[in-house]
This record gives sequence, structure tokens and C-alpha cells, in this order.
Amino acid sequence: MDFAIQTENLGRIYKLRSTKKQETRTLEALKDVNLQVNPGEVFGLLGPNGAGKTTLIKILTTLLAPTNGYARVSGFDVLKDPEQVRRRINMVSGGESSGYGLLTVRENLWMFAQFYGIPSKVANERIKTLLERVGLVDRMNTKSSELSTGLRQKMNIVRGFLTDPDVLFLDEPTLGLDVGASREVRTFIRQWVENDPSRTLLLTTHYMVEADELCDRVAIINKGQVLACDTPAQLKHRLQKDVIFKLDVSPLNGMDLHELEDLRGVNNLTRTQLEGGTRLQLLLEDDSILGAVVNKLTSHNVQIQNLEKREPTLEDVFVDLVGRSMEEVESGSNAH
Amino acid sequence: MQNARTFTPSADKSAILWRSFRTATWLGWQIESNWADPFLFAVYSFVKPLASAGILVIMYSVITGGAFDEPIFPYIYLGNAFYIYVGAVMNGVSWAVIDDREHYKTLKYMYVAPITVPGYLLGRGVARMLIGTISVAITVLFGVIFLNLPLSITTINWPLFFVTLIIGVIMLALLGLILAGITLMIANHVWFLGEAVAGALYVFSGAIFPLEVLPAWIRPVGFVMPITYWLELIRRALVGNIAAAFPTLAQLSDLQLLGILSGMTLVFGIGALVIFRWCENWARERGMIDMVSNY
Repeated sequence: MDFAIQTENLGRIYKLRSTKKQETRTLEALKDVNLQVNPGEVFGLLGPNGAGKTTLIKILTTLLAPTNGYARVSGFDVLKDPEQVRRRINMVSGGESSGYGLLTVRENLWMFAQFYGIPSKVANERIKTLLERVGLVDRMNTKSSELSTGLRQKMNIVRGFLTDPDVLFLDEPTLGLDVGASREVRTFIRQWVENDPSRTLLLTTHYMVEADELCDRVAIINKGQVLACDTPAQLKHRLQKDVIFKLDVSPLNGMDLHELEDLRGVNNLTRTQLEGGTRLQLLLEDDSILGAVVNKLTSHNVQIQNLEKREPTLEDVFVDLVGRSMEEVESGSNAH
Repeated sequence: MQNARTFTPSADKSAILWRSFRTATWLGWQIESNWADPFLFAVYSFVKPLASAGILVIMYSVITGGAFDEPIFPYIYLGNAFYIYVGAVMNGVSWAVIDDREHYKTLKYMYVAPITVPGYLLGRGVARMLIGTISVAITVLFGVIFLNLPLSITTINWPLFFVTLIIGVIMLALLGLILAGITLMIANHVWFLGEAVAGALYVFSGAIFPLEVLPAWIRPVGFVMPITYWLELIRRALVGNIAAAFPTLAQLSDLQLLGILSGMTLVFGIGALVIFRWCENWARERGMIDMVSNY
């Protein structure tokens, strides 16, 4: 069977030099990525900013050449047969204000439909239907420069779906959208796939909920490497043997958190600063370890304000694989 | 793999080329003609070329003591007027790369779409070519009405004029494609590239003075440029007797000149496509296709 997307030992190295006088540095954005995405799958790439997700999408959409390895989309090599690949794909990037602002929403979409060779009548019908579904039909004749960021992003999402591609690449599609708009976009994406099970969608995101809610399978990627790839349920199942506690505590009074990490049975610990306190997330081998943790905290006069035991999430899977939360990776923090 | 799509883009190369060109022409016209202020549009299309011609006329008048009856005046005036096409067509094609990549941030979506990028860029240049045509017509008309430019509808060789004009526009568009390829490879400073190239060619193409004025060692630059032959043919078609007064290409017949221009256009055309493809691959290898520098 042909995979919708297939990569083998795919790598990409960027050469970086700010000025001519500077020595060239290299950045390995992708390292030997091996993926197989089946037709009809919603496949998620989950990772922090700079993990290599966008680089991978750029290679798969023929915008960027890989340094090593190969990639196929719909059975065609992205380097050798880019024209064949482009006939079968589309892409939407989030968090940007692309589009011709002087054209109306309908004109922007109609124009892209023309580039894909969709007859005008079909395109106009499809545009109306899709705009209705994302709640943008009343702004059809508004210049896109007059749209808010969220509405413009919805227009771009419609542009991606308009051509009804075999494989659709969505790069952070809900970035910059408010909660309500993000939910609408996710519902729309889900419906699109359910309407035709042969459609394939590759989605990059650093929102755990989005990956969990939308994706049939998820690859967790960090520093250009795929660390794990499975269904969200299977990924979380890896942590079933562990228990996860969320503790909101008073200020730590200078307490070194390594004291907690060094306790036997504490598999991982992440910290988030709260107003007037700290949130600790602990991955423990079993419930009995919690007593030792509480004792250690109280010995430093740290008060526990809230304690919650919860089910593992993809965030926990990420922490388990990388050793740090995604937020910490993005902020460049090394220590807890 | 099963394909349940309601529509699959055609794989026919000529259909792809046509729809890329046609839709890009529509887009280009929407962008170029969609001026919020019609006054600005008028300034850009009419006043700017007239002002540019006016400066040249004043300089000529000062240097020659107002010798507007000399053949050199229509030589300079027409060369300068038609040189507007060089900037308009060449920059029109290459500017689309900057505009889409930096301003509209849509270049990556064009590259992901099943289009012929050279066809798309050439289409984007059409609008500027049309606006350039308006500027050229107004400048020439101004010369005829106010400066006694010796131009008569009855003496113009219209077939030669239109054939030359069409070949010239194609040739300039293909040169613009080379510029577009170079633009793809450069993130910074590209804003000035088009004007810099047009400015450099201005000196060597016989636009404002015959090539004999240049030092002998630098004249070959003009002879290998198709723009030189194009401007000569335009002058011959419009004011044949004036063109004959200058020896640069006098030994060549109109047909020979047309042959040279067509041959050079063909060579430059093939070269432009090869160079553009090479530049595109270079840009793809280095991740430049969608690079936004905000420079």
C-alpha cells in the first residue's frame, strides 16, 4: 500500500551566518525522521517551537529541499516529482496574516481556486459552503485587510480546504486564535476528515489538547528527532504505571527542588510559577511516594494549597520523553 | 491510493501555464490598479514619466542651447520614452517575488499550488506593462504636442512598430524572469535590484545617446544587449529618417535587426528559464522561498 506520507532518514541542516565576517554555524533541524502516514489518517506532529515541525512540513510541501533522506507524498518523491505532489496537496500556516488584503474574502479564495484549475462556478459554490461552515459568509465581500486576525485565519483555513486535497498540511492552524475560534476550527477539521475517510491531514501543533482531540496518531518531536509515535491513547498508556499529582504550593522559601527529584520513586517534576505560589507536577511511581514529597515540602514550611491526582495527558508524555515541559523547552529553561 | 476528491487539477502543462498566467494577470491588475487614491495613481502613471522626460528636455536644452531641430533630440526623447518599458516590464515580473514573499506572505502558497511559477510571474508583470504603455503614450504625445517631436501617423511604419513592440515586451519580460530568479536567492537589498539593473542598462543600450559616444572598449556591452536593437527598431519604425542619421547600426536592414532581436530574445528566453530554474533550486535548498526578512 502507498502511504499518504512517507519519510526515510529525512534530515535537514541549516547553515547560519548573520554577517559575512561570522563563521558559518550549522543547525540540524531534522535528524533521520522516519514516518509513515496512512491515507485517511489525521496525523499530528507535536513539539515545542523550534522542534522541526515546520521544517518537516516545508520539505513535504516541496518548499524546502532535505539535506539527506527522502520524502514521498501521495506516492511521489517531493524532490523528483514536485509538480505531482503539488497537484495533490494544500497547506495552511497559522499565526500569520498572509493574503492579498486589497482583495475581498471571496476574491482571495476564488483566485486560489483558479490556480488549482477549479471551474469558477464550482469554486464559487464551494467558497460559499465553506464560508458558511466557518461562520464567515457574511464577510464574503469584505476586503481581507479589514478582517481581524482570527477571521483572516479562518479565510486561510478555507483556502486550504477549498481545493479538497488528498493531503492537507496544517501548520499550527489555531495559533493566535481565541478559544472559541480554535474550537470552531477543530470541529471543522474533524468534520472534513469524517466526510471522506480517504482524506489525509498532517497537523503540527504545540497545543496538547488539539493533538489529543484531533489526531489518530501523534509523533512527538523535539530538537529535530521523533521521540515517539503512536495513538494518543497508546502514548498516554506508557505512563499508566505512573501516577500524576498536581500540587499548588505556597512560595518555596528557597527550597531546592532537587531534594524532591532525588526522592526515590519521583520520576519527574516540573514547576510552573503562579501568582503567590508555585505549581508542581509530579510523576510518581505510586501513590505512596506522595507522603515523602509532602513531608519534604512541609519540612521547608511550604504549604500545600491544592492537591489533585489526575490522568496522564500528552503533556505528561512529553515531559516523560524530554525531561522538561514544553513550556520550559520553549523558554530555554534547563533547570526546574 | 484511493482518490475520492471531487476535483483533481489538470496535469496538462499548457493548461497549467495558461491558468497560471491568466489568474496572475488578473491578480496583478487588481494590485496595480487598486489605488486607494486616484490622484496617486495619476501621479504614478502620468506625472512621474512626464517629469522624468521634462528633466531630460531641460538638460538637453541647457547643453545644446535649445537645438530641438537636431536629430539627436528625437533620438534621446524616444529612447527615454520607450525605456519606461524596461523598468515597467522587467521590474513588474521580478517585483512579484518581493511583493508576494515580503508583503503579502503568499509566495509559499503559490509554490505549493500546481502552477507554473514563471507563467505566474510573467502574468503578474502584465499590469505594470499596461501602465507602462500608458506612461509611454503620454510621454510621446507630450513630445509631439509641446516639443515638436517629428512624429507623423502617416509616416510611421506600423507593422514594424507593433512587431518590434511585441518582441521587445516578451524580451523584457524574460529578462525580468532572470531578475526574479536572482531576487529569489537574495533576502536583503533586493528592493533596489530592479532599479539598479534598469539604471545600468540605460547607459549601455543607446537609450539616450548613440553607442559611439561610449569608449570603444565598453561598446560591446551594448551590442550583446537585445534592448539596444529593440530601441533602434522602435526609432526606425517611428522616425526612420532620424534613426538613419546615427551610424551605430546603420549597416543593418530592418529585417536583419528584427532577426537579431528575435534570435536574442529566443536565446535570452531559454537562458532565462534555465537560470530561473537554477535560482529556484538554489533558493529551495537554502530555504529562501518563503523567507521573510522584513529588511
